[in-house]
This record gives sequence, structure tokens and C-alpha cells, in this order.
Amino acid sequence: MDIRRRGILKAGGGSGVLALAAAAGLFRPGEAFAQQWNKAAFETKSFADTLKALGAGGSTESAQIQITAPDIAENGAVVPITIESGIARTQTIAILIEKNPNTLSANFEIPDGTDAFVTTRVKMAETSNIYAVVKADGKYFHAAKEIKVTLGGCGG
Amino acid sequence: MADPMRIRASMAGDKVEVRVLMSHEMETGQRKDASGAVVPAHFIQNVTVTHAGKTVLSAQWGTSISKNPFMHFRFKGGKPGEKVSISWVDNKGERRTDEVVIGGG
Repeated sequence: MDIRRRGILKAGGGSGVLALAAAAGLFRPGEAFAQQWNKAAFETKSFADTLKALGAGGSTESAQIQITAPDIAENGAVVPITIESGIARTQTIAILIEKNPNTLSANFEIPDGTDAFVTTRVKMAETSNIYAVVKADGKYFHAAKEIKVTLGGCGG
Repeated sequence: MADPMRIRASMAGDKVEVRVLMSHEMETGQRKDASGAVVPAHFIQNVTVTHAGKTVLSAQWGTSISKNPFMHFRFKGGKPGEKVSISWVDNKGERRTDEVVIGGG
């Protein structure tokens, strides 16, 4: 009895603090999730480490992931990349650039009703493989494509 | 405050096609200025796109997304006249939200 009461008090106290913080405008409810940023994954420096940080260690290669990007990028500062996954129930699409200072470039979450398709533009320091890592139905898959860069995108 | 995003949302069959161009430096933290001092990283970390109270795409970005980021994707369930809202937050806590009305196909 006593233990339960304590639990309730604790829960009550906790939500009180949250409510105060919300009232003070520190954050708005619903935004907490949106602001998660996987620092550990974005600091990784190799394909294998990034996979591990994403929890995608056992990823298998898949021909159902299509990477559309130029074979040769004249300007490494702006390389358009389109990734489309034909794998059912695709949940996330990540873009990894092997030889960049940090491998992970972006991780998109694809809710139900949104196509497993995304285009963006990335910076590439030098000629490198880029990987698309897809999480579908809890499993991980990837595909690779090499892009040759004539002028690196990190010198500014 | 950053400049407004340029967003286009239009119907393509039964899907809404969204293209957005954001205005942001996307500084990597690797670059040095003329005096040799490292220019601190300043980049968008989170992007969220919502339609009718539901998130239709969210993303975490690193420093290697190009300056003035571009994004293109498609989702189901939208109709012309409805709104699509896009928000970003960067590593310094700056944020911006812009809305656009879905246009016809």
C-alpha cells in the first residue's frame, strides 16, 4: 500500500515538473520526440561503425534499394541523391557516405502512407561509396553506389 | 531568424508531392576561416513534416547535407487546399516552421 502511494506521488511530482516546463515555454508537448538526434551515430567514421550505431549490424545487401545519383559529381558540395526502396514496410532510409569525415549524412523516418522515396542533396569530401541503409519490418538492408568527385565539398 | 523555406506541394495522382528548399548555412565545423580559426558547426539536425496533425516524414540530419538543403518526397492522404507544415531545428536551437497549401495536380 505504502509503496504504491509512493509511486503515485513520484509520478505526480514528475508530471508537475513537466507541466511547469511546458508552461514556461521550454518545450511544447509532442516536440520532444521530434528533437531526438542520434549523436553517437552521426559521430561515427566508418560504414561498419555507423551500421552498429544505427543498430543495423546484421544488414544484408538488397537489389530492391535503388540509389539514383550522378556517377561523377563535378561539385562535391552539392550532390543530388535519390533513394527508393521497393522493400515492403520500409520504416527508415539512411544515407551514408563512406569517406566523409562523418559517415552518416541523414536518416529519414518514413511513416505508413509515405512513399519509401526521398531525394536530398549532400556534400562529399572525395570520391566515395555512398550507402543507402533501409530498415523494413524491423530488418536492415543496404545498397551501395560509387560517386566520383572532381572537386571536394568540404573546403567551402 | 532564418529566411522562409520555399515549399511546393502538389497532387500527383493520389499522392502529394512535396519539394522544399530551406535556407541554412549547414556549416560543417571542418572549415577554417581566413585567419585559420575553425568555423563552428551550424546545421539543421531535425526536420519534421506534418499534414492534418500527422507526421508524414521526419529526418535527422548531419553536417554533410548541402547548404540550403533540398528535400523531395511523396505521401498519401492529402487533398488540394489542405496544409502541409514543415519545421526544422538546428544544433544551436534555432528553429523555423513554414506552411504551404496543397495545390492541384
